[in-house]
Amino acid sequence: MAVADERTVRRSNAGKPTVIVDDLHVTYRVIGPRPAGAGTDGASALRRVLSRKGSPGLREIKAIRGVTFVANHGDAIGLVGRNGSGKSTLLRAIAGLLPPEKGAVYTDCQPSLLGVNAALINSLSGEQNIVLGGLAMGMTPTEVKEKFTSIVDFAGIGDFVELPMNAYSSGMSARLRFAIAASVSHDVLLIDEALATGDAEFRRKSESRIRELRDEAGTVFVVSHSLGVIRETCNRAIWIDAGTLKMDGDVNEVLDAYESLVEK
Amino acid sequence: MTTSDLERSAPAALADRHGLTPIGQQPALRTYIAALWERRFFMVTFARSRIAAENAESRLGQVWQVLNPLLNAAVYYLVFGVILGAKKDIDNYTAFLITGVFIFAFTQRTIMSSSRSISGNLGLVRALHFPRAVLPFAKVIEETVKTGTSLVVLAVIVLATGEPLTWRWLLIAPLILLQLMFSAGVGLVFARLTVDVRDIAQFLPFALRIWMYLSGVMYSITVFAETRDAHPFIEWALRVNPAAVYIEITRSCLMAGPQTQVPLWTWALAVAWAVVLFPIGFIFFWRAESRYGRG
Repeated sequence: MAVADERTVRRSNAGKPTVIVDDLHVTYRVIGPRPAGAGTDGASALRRVLSRKGSPGLREIKAIRGVTFVANHGDAIGLVGRNGSGKSTLLRAIAGLLPPEKGAVYTDCQPSLLGVNAALINSLSGEQNIVLGGLAMGMTPTEVKEKFTSIVDFAGIGDFVELPMNAYSSGMSARLRFAIAASVSHDVLLIDEALATGDAEFRRKSESRIRELRDEAGTVFVVSHSLGVIRETCNRAIWIDAGTLKMDGDVNEVLDAYESLVEK
Repeated sequence: MTTSDLERSAPAALADRHGLTPIGQQPALRTYIAALWERRFFMVTFARSRIAAENAESRLGQVWQVLNPLLNAAVYYLVFGVILGAKKDIDNYTAFLITGVFIFAFTQRTIMSSSRSISGNLGLVRALHFPRAVLPFAKVIEETVKTGTSLVVLAVIVLATGEPLTWRWLLIAPLILLQLMFSAGVGLVFARLTVDVRDIAQFLPFALRIWMYLSGVMYSITVFAETRDAHPFIEWALRVNPAAVYIEITRSCLMAGPQTQVPLWTWALAVAWAVVLFPIGFIFFWRAESRYGRG
């Protein structure tokens, strides 16, 4: 952590900090069997399941374990790391959606996650969902009215907007979800991958929209497994490993180190 | 989660210097109410969308909203009215019973669905930012709209049993509002409790059922107290019970018979339950605002 602290102090002189993450710990509590003895091999798992050992109880999963960094105005930060390393959790904690177990996240505005899926209802029509999603993201009814046409155009779903979303192809509904989510700009924008879906043309369109959003925002965080996307869109990268910060610095420097480890 | 100034870390001091504040802190009550008001359109649209989705998902859709309490009432009529003989002590037992079942169902459904509003929407809570009270309130709006439909059916049935239409029917509107405030208050309490202790969601239907049997839905509290020679405290406890209060006042408004009339203090109780429980529920819910989402 000492290296990271030094870096944060040095960086703080460069631009105005917009997000400060201070020794953040995030813990999930899930209901599941208590750990019954050691061993993660197949034999012991089978034994556990068959003997029904381990009564159900609360288990704690420490997803983020002491992360500290400072994000400055104008930074576009890529978060890299293996599956389950805590990238998405970190993003949600920065957005203030997951309460910290310990430590804190400081900002002067409301960081927003790009994504609206959870608010939409599949059995309703596209237009009803545009209104619902827009309001869920904090738009006023007037703003929704203004942006409605541009959302439909961007999604390219045409007349399908009148049909329920469960009649859409998976590509169409992904496009509509992205179009709704990307219709507002924010001071601090958090982008989790899985958003850039759809065919090649739509991917190009959505990538350019993300770049636009990044230019409008003060600070952007991007989670992606595609290192190419991160090199292209970010100037800085943070490598998260098992819930801790492994490396923080220039995007190429960090990604080279990450790649060399992953390739081994 | 702030540390004292003496032991503040370097990042915290930096945040102070630049005027950054910790995110996810407990909002002040006034700010919270203002934020909630700002999201009123979302609240209403969310409730309306849920109703629309429910209608789209089953063929009979909204009809079940009315059919369900009616079928319940039919069972209670048979068991309590005919077999146990509650029918012979009460004038117009059909109207008496159906009013009780419909009015209790409103409180019951509101409490049940708002108790699940946070724990059942964790995806939404973890994805978007809004005052979390939007979710239980949307549920309350949803149940109120649905209850509006069933009140029309209730009115038709009560008229069909021969009750006259009087000016007192107008009192139903303020009465429903009071009952709504009371139920929302209790619902907000359980919305928070269900997040902390998930097993409450399993226990709640049972508790609500016991409550229904204690609330004079299918029998008259007056008749019960007289015939069983109940201890005065028991009769008092049965009468101040908020569900019984709302049910008995509704009967006194819809039914003209002398048997169902209530003293004025029952109205005072109806107001008291509403104006006490609603703020309590709201503040209790608000105090855990920053913790919703951990799940």
